[in-house]
Amino acid sequence: MYNLIGAGLIVIGAGIGLGQIGGKAMEGIARQPEATGKIQTAMIIIAALLEGLAFGALFLGK
Amino acid sequence: MKIAQKSIKFLTIAFIALFSSAIFASGSDKKHDNQNDGGRVNTKEEVEAYILHHIKDSHDFSLYSYTGDDGERHHLGFPLPVILWSSEGLVTFMSSEFHHNDDGHVIVEKKGLKFAKVHSKILELDKGAATVSFDETHHATNANKVLDFSITKSVVGILLIGFLLLFSFSRLAKQYKTKKVPTGFARVLEPLVIYVRDEIARPNIGEKHYRRFTGYLLTVFFFIWVLNLAGLTPLGFNVTGQLAVTACLAIFTLIIYSVSGTKGYWMHMIWMPGVPVLIRPVLAIIELAGALLIKPFSLLVRLFANISAGHIVVMSLIAIMFTLKESLGVVGATGLSLVLSFFITLIEVLVAFLQAYIFTMLSALFIGMAVEDHAEAH
Repeated sequence: MYNLIGAGLIVIGAGIGLGQIGGKAMEGIARQPEATGKIQTAMIIIAALLEGLAFGALFLGK
Repeated sequence: MKIAQKSIKFLTIAFIALFSSAIFASGSDKKHDNQNDGGRVNTKEEVEAYILHHIKDSHDFSLYSYTGDDGERHHLGFPLPVILWSSEGLVTFMSSEFHHNDDGHVIVEKKGLKFAKVHSKILELDKGAATVSFDETHHATNANKVLDFSITKSVVGILLIGFLLLFSFSRLAKQYKTKKVPTGFARVLEPLVIYVRDEIARPNIGEKHYRRFTGYLLTVFFFIWVLNLAGLTPLGFNVTGQLAVTACLAIFTLIIYSVSGTKGYWMHMIWMPGVPVLIRPVLAIIELAGALLIKPFSLLVRLFANISAGHIVVMSLIAIMFTLKESLGVVGATGLSLVLSFFITLIEVLVAFLQAYIFTMLSALFIGMAVEDHAEAH
């Protein structure tokens, strides 16, 4: 029961984090379209790290 | 003219994706009724058991099964060799001797030892025991696990894809000896190789060292990508969704960046210069845990979880046509599951590439951190 609530909280947190990453990357790209490639790469790396954390926590909480 | 060519290419790819997705859907529908030798998969529990069974590795390669006129289950597919290291030494036999039984009722006798298969694990029965007996939690009480070196479905997948990659890339390499521009299928591979080298290896590892590691990064990239795509075909591979496989890949990366790490890299990890001496041991613990545990762990869990989750989602959406049959009708449930599973499968094709990219990218990043020159920082 509690681990399910924990898993839900993890997903909420990861969702907020992913939204932040995506949103800021969009802002960055809108300001500097010529840096799109670099921003996308950095965005994917950070998103992947966050995702790894979220999945790890989900496994422990399952 | 250029736009026309591009749109033709796009349409071709879209058509292929659509076609293969339809094959996948129909292939899996058929597979749905071969679980629990007795009957078809209908209820929610059976669907869940079936999906969990698919996610796991298995000892035989079963494509399709049906109940014949004589009331017996017929299985299409082929058996795979079982190789065990038991208390009497090496034991080998074909997995067909288990007759697709997975709950320990079929006993195979070899070298005076008795073997049974329970939940895709092969158990060796104790001396004198005739059948497997279970306790309340469904654990076998009179049987032990044996070392299992079997050629399972995943191993077949790895060998198949490995030989495919070896064949296609050695042909690509050979072509450069005779001509400048590769022909045929090699033209598809060349831009991908250059992409990995120029977009992943070079910017992350640095101009000076990237050549040494490009081979490993290319291997890992194509291995993961092609196996991910193989997982979307009706063959039902789930190789990159096995913890053992992803753990092995992560350990390769760990060994490579640990061995090729410069003196500066290890010094910064163990005895960080420029901070008070009292803090240095604390930092060393954090840094070592990060480099030796957390980095490979995040690599292996990410790939495993993404691919497994993708398989579970696709199969759950296909299973809608069984679970919602009563409330939506046959046509409604089938239509809903077809539309949903079609779109999710398209997304899975993207995820297959993305996960291979991320694994390679992070490997390159970790290697880059280990081999970069720390000297100019101080």
